Amino acid sequence: MLELKDISFVRNNKKILNKINLTIEDNQLIVITGPNGSGKSTLSKIIMGIENPDEGEIIFNGENITELTIDERAKKGISFAFQQPVKFKGITVYDLIKLSAGKEIKKMEACNTLSKVGLCAKEYIDREVNNSLSGGELKRIEIALATVRKSKLTIFDEPEAGIDLWSFNNLIKVFEELREQEESILIISHQERILNIADKIVLIKNGKIEQIAENKEEIIGSTGQAICCKLKKEEA
Amino acid sequence: MEELNNIDNSLLSEISDIEKILDGAYNIRKNGKGIQRKSSKNIEIKPKEDGTGIDIIVKENTKFEFVHIPVIITESGIKDIVYNDFYIGKNSKVIIVAGCGIHNDHHKDSEHNGIHRFYLEEGANVKYIEKHYGEGDGEGKRILNPVTEVYLKEGSSLEMETAQIKGVDSTIRTTKGELQSNTNLVITEKIMTHGSQTAKTLFEVNLNGENASTHVKSRSVATENSNQEFASKVYGNSKCFGHVECDAIIKDKAKVLAIPEISANNIDANLIHEAAIGKIAGEQLIKLMTLGLNEKEAEEQIIKGFLK
Repeated sequence: MLELKDISFVRNNKKILNKINLTIEDNQLIVITGPNGSGKSTLSKIIMGIENPDEGEIIFNGENITELTIDERAKKGISFAFQQPVKFKGITVYDLIKLSAGKEIKKMEACNTLSKVGLCAKEYIDREVNNSLSGGELKRIEIALATVRKSKLTIFDEPEAGIDLWSFNNLIKVFEELREQEESILIISHQERILNIADKIVLIKNGKIEQIAENKEEIIGSTGQAICCKLKKEEA
Repeated sequence: MEELNNIDNSLLSEISDIEKILDGAYNIRKNGKGIQRKSSKNIEIKPKEDGTGIDIIVKENTKFEFVHIPVIITESGIKDIVYNDFYIGKNSKVIIVAGCGIHNDHHKDSEHNGIHRFYLEEGANVKYIEKHYGEGDGEGKRILNPVTEVYLKEGSSLEMETAQIKGVDSTIRTTKGELQSNTNLVITEKIMTHGSQTAKTLFEVNLNGENASTHVKSRSVATENSNQEFASKVYGNSKCFGHVECDAIIKDKAKVLAIPEISANNIDANLIHEAAIGKIAGEQLIKLMTLGLNEKEAEEQIIKGFLK
């Protein structure tokens, strides 16, 4: 369903991504992992159209979408949950849920969406998505927004960042539910429990795909101390 | 009593809810003259003896009643000045809706200057809603210069919501407050300017009594070649609290000037001023575009929310 062909991205004479080739199949859950600064987030932004590659092509369901804008890709069925959710003055959680769904939806339905990410719906539905919400609350709202889009491919950039353990269980459920709806999911993550549910784990280092594996043991076994320590630390 | 025509009704509906107007006490002013008026059991509306405006007298302990005093101008070349004084009795709780709609299809300027003075007795509580609107295809300018003065006695409070979203070419909005002990004045202002419109806001609040407090919140959007100025002065003359927020979005070649002035004249005065001016954040546009909105739709949503 998604094919990245020779994607390269250069900034300030530095090759952030170097000829990335990757395929995501229908209803597959792929986790991209790797050290900080390895180019993971950039790659996810290139798929959404937030950044444009200097070289390479993006094929989505057989169509070359490399030149399409963000909203055109969104309409074709790609969604994106930001690592750091964006805040808005005056726009409420309910407003954003409706925009995300792309149609009028009843408050009750919107509330159900919030409950799935562990937020007490009544308390949050009419609140503005601004500084009055904590980082964790914003993050959960961001995840909820991705679930109402009914996309073909949803990208989550470090969804676990700022999420507490209790919400984390809900997060895993959200991914499972999306898969039941036959969506493909691409997650940028270091979290072992997210690696555990992946169909395919892609390790990126220095802008290149270092390894593609079916389980985390293969990745940990082959990449030495750095990733291994990171995972162990998070596990603790 | 003059009947309202279609343009009158349409202007009134832009600044007020016509059904609600006829429900409570009201005074409708058109082209410089009062054309319809009704008092209620607890609220008396009477013309001033010198003919310069009206007095609105609310009896003590009046609860949850409405007063509507809309103004419409449909003739080009009119310069209307009106003085409306509100006397709000002790422990009353009322909602006052004012506003001015100008329809100008001709080349002469139309101008309305409404001077509203509010005298609140002890324990009174007022919600004051004011909306300004202009329309018409003429070259004549639509000018509105509202002045609001608020005098709060012990334990009283006034919340003012003022909005000018469309069609006013030039405006100077002046609001003054004199607050005694245990009073609260909240002002929320929303302004949007287009073309070569100019909008100037002047706030001056004196926190004189102990535990007097004010919260002034201005949100504005300036587009194209328009110009806005926001000047606020809050004087803390006792143990008091004052908070002024000025938040503006600029687009195109528009300019916004914010001049904050907070002056603490008492050791227990606690005053805050926040001002932020800038274009729409790129990340906000990107977020909404990832939800399927194009750039223009995303911008509209952000502005709509900001001025909601």
